Amino acid sequence: MFKTRNHNDAPVVLQTSGLTVSLPETPGNLKVLKSIDVTIRHSETVCLVGESGSGKSVTSLAIMGLLPQALKVAGGSIQLQGRDLLPLSQAQMRDLRAARVAMIFQEPMTALNPVLRVGDQIMEVMELHTDLPAAERRRRAVAIMEQVHLPDVDRIFRSYPHQLSGGQRQRIMIAMALVLEPVLLIADEPTTALDVTTQKQILALIDELQQNHGTAVLFITHDMGVVAEIADTVYVMKRGEIVEHGPVDALLRQPRAEYTRQLLKAVPSLSPRPARPEADDAVLRVERLNKIYGGGGILRKLPQAHAAKDVGFTLSRGRTLGIVGESGSGKSTVARCIMRLIDPSSGRIMLDGSDIAGLSRAALRPHRKKLQVVFQDPMRSLNPRWTIAASLIEGPLNYGTSRADALAEAARLMDVVGLPQDALGRYPHQFSGGQRQRIAIARAVMMRPDVLVADEAVSALDVSVQAQVLDLLHQLQRDLEIAIVFITHDLRVAAQICDDVIVMQRGAVVEHGPASEVLAAPAHAYTRALIDAAPGRSWDFQNFREMPKVPHAEPA
Amino acid sequence: MLGYILRRCLAVIPVMLLVAVFVFLLLRLTPGDPAAIIAGDMATPAQLERIREAMGLNQPLHIQFVTWVGRLLQGDLGVSLISNTPVSAMIADRVGPTFSIAILTIIISVVLAVPMGVLAAWKHRSGADYAVMTFSVLGFSVPVFVVGYLFILVFSLQLGWFPVQGYTPLAQGLGAFLSNAILPALTLSTIYVALIARMTRANMLEVLGEDYIRTARAKGAPERTVLFRHALRNAAVPILTVIGTGFALLIGGVVVTETVFNIPGIGRLTVDAILARDYPVIQAMILLTSFLYVLVNLLIDLSYSLFDPRIRY
Repeated sequence: MFKTRNHNDAPVVLQTSGLTVSLPETPGNLKVLKSIDVTIRHSETVCLVGESGSGKSVTSLAIMGLLPQALKVAGGSIQLQGRDLLPLSQAQMRDLRAARVAMIFQEPMTALNPVLRVGDQIMEVMELHTDLPAAERRRRAVAIMEQVHLPDVDRIFRSYPHQLSGGQRQRIMIAMALVLEPVLLIADEPTTALDVTTQKQILALIDELQQNHGTAVLFITHDMGVVAEIADTVYVMKRGEIVEHGPVDALLRQPRAEYTRQLLKAVPSLSPRPARPEADDAVLRVERLNKIYGGGGILRKLPQAHAAKDVGFTLSRGRTLGIVGESGSGKSTVARCIMRLIDPSSGRIMLDGSDIAGLSRAALRPHRKKLQVVFQDPMRSLNPRWTIAASLIEGPLNYGTSRADALAEAARLMDVVGLPQDALGRYPHQFSGGQRQRIAIARAVMMRPDVLVADEAVSALDVSVQAQVLDLLHQLQRDLEIAIVFITHDLRVAAQICDDVIVMQRGAVVEHGPASEVLAAPAHAYTRALIDAAPGRSWDFQNFREMPKVPHAEPA
Repeated sequence: MLGYILRRCLAVIPVMLLVAVFVFLLLRLTPGDPAAIIAGDMATPAQLERIREAMGLNQPLHIQFVTWVGRLLQGDLGVSLISNTPVSAMIADRVGPTFSIAILTIIISVVLAVPMGVLAAWKHRSGADYAVMTFSVLGFSVPVFVVGYLFILVFSLQLGWFPVQGYTPLAQGLGAFLSNAILPALTLSTIYVALIARMTRANMLEVLGEDYIRTARAKGAPERTVLFRHALRNAAVPILTVIGTGFALLIGGVVVTETVFNIPGIGRLTVDAILARDYPVIQAMILLTSFLYVLVNLLIDLSYSLFDPRIRY
């Protein structure tokens, strides 16, 4: 089940003792890290878990000596192979980076320099730290690229980051980090932005390289599933402190700290909840929906991309339909077509009995109200210069509601979504991510929609906040009988909220049915691959034990 | 890429045609008889008739336009009403000083402003940053002629390093050219240094917050490498736009400096032509400056892809 390697006899690679980091320019000298003690041994994987703001990234940046200017180490020590890093000069720290301690980051999309070829970026590490001749640098860069299993190395060597997939870019990052064989690799949420199947490959790759080179790995994540897959030792962080640490098996089986228990209980279960009874009043029926991009061109026909192929489903009042799939599967294309944010190439979208697929902008207007959306990133989906009240009442005002009525409704909804009344007069930056997503939901509900499209609406949130937002959606659905189209890449979330699920791959629906059947007994190979790739799937986090064996249906 | 360049070059044609129509109508649509405007208040009827004949004003408008454009395409910009010399020759005489000073100005501006902007962004909110920003505000707000006379006062009259006024072509030696050109170029560059430094600072600040800068530091890159190899090229596109636009503006807008330093450039040619109502010259100048704007913008757009591989056409 878990890794049970024993590293107690291995030499210590990194040890922080009493590491304290503060914000010197705040009143009271605010402590961001409070006396952090972490020990990492040769070829050990230590997972640092916690929610956003818990200080896990600050810990890693402190080790690298890359703290933002506002933060200062106020006490403690960081020993790398017995040598204290804190007294070192900038130049001495630079010599250690990438050579002894290397780091990979969350967003492979943005962590590579977009204007330099990836091969040059790998070779740069050697230029900075070694005297190797150019030919040897090149040879080693190619060799490490082969080790991280990149295909067609010669072509990729010459490529720019935007020409590679997310998984390939993360492999480049790993190659860059490991080319000088550092003793410690710090991985800050390296798979969070990747699809589950890619995540699985990257985790396997890190594991493989660790075994070959004996690298110690400090793995920072918020995902308990990933922890269960890869950790030897786990440290749980909360508000700058370590609340608990121990071997992975003990920590997941018998968590001692209350916070750890809460964190584990908030992990959504992969076993689907039972579907609600089927109603027969369909509010949304999609028939043979197609979206084809490209194919234009005056002189010659440009290549086409079939982003949605013959997609069809029915959604009735008060139910939730999940659309799951990896990036590029077409799930967001379908959502945008339903919203008519983009125009479908063909097919019908029946909303309350009328087909809105081909309607003009003006003809669509009365229908817009019935369809509302909540986007993934609550940081960017509210206008930063508008008060919450202004954002909330804009929609109803557009449809002729009086200002006083709209404000009254906004005030009422603040109660419903669990925010204080004075929130209405404040601005988006004054709220946390979870609160902003509640505001975004309130904004959508202001319009009294029949259908709510939630596009990865909880993907950017911490698990504990995720659970609260899912609860809110559930409650709204019960009270207002809204139908929800829930788009997600996260099967755990899908299992918790959806009555029905469609699984999409390369624009086509490969499986469609009640969530309890599709997720518990998948019929299609792709669905099975997705479920198999979900990290920690054999562990029941809420109950601190192995998943009960579910009879796996044989493929039809 | 080649197809894109071709398409962009072809797109220059309708733009220039539109400018040509405007320039052509400028004269024809002014109230009153163009011949009378050209000839001035003191003309005799015989003179007027001669001008009408010479300009083809007796023919229908569209014929006039076609004839005029036809001549333009052959490089015939008409003849000055004042000096009776071909306009193309007049411009050719004046282009050298304006161009060489514009190029010198841009070189000075870029060499000073880009490092200033990089420094200000790197040492954000430090003394260096505030110094650069203060200079930048000054550069924007002090009028060109004030800066010009100030430089003459200090560098020419008091220190005696450079001549007060005048122009020496580059053909007579770099030293001679520079000793005359450096003050006007410095004067002109104050505003461009201010502009480019601000632009560089703003874009560098944005780029320095990007993840790949953190990656570069995590690789152990020294700050110089981080700033110039990783950050500056990513910040280049908007800076380049400002530099290009600045160059185009320099060609059209150097009147004050040319007057202050007594340089025989096209800025003064234009002003003189306007004061003397020398219409053929005015028309030619509008056409020339518009064409330069279009050309510079085209070159800027095409150069983006040199700096950013994501921009491919």
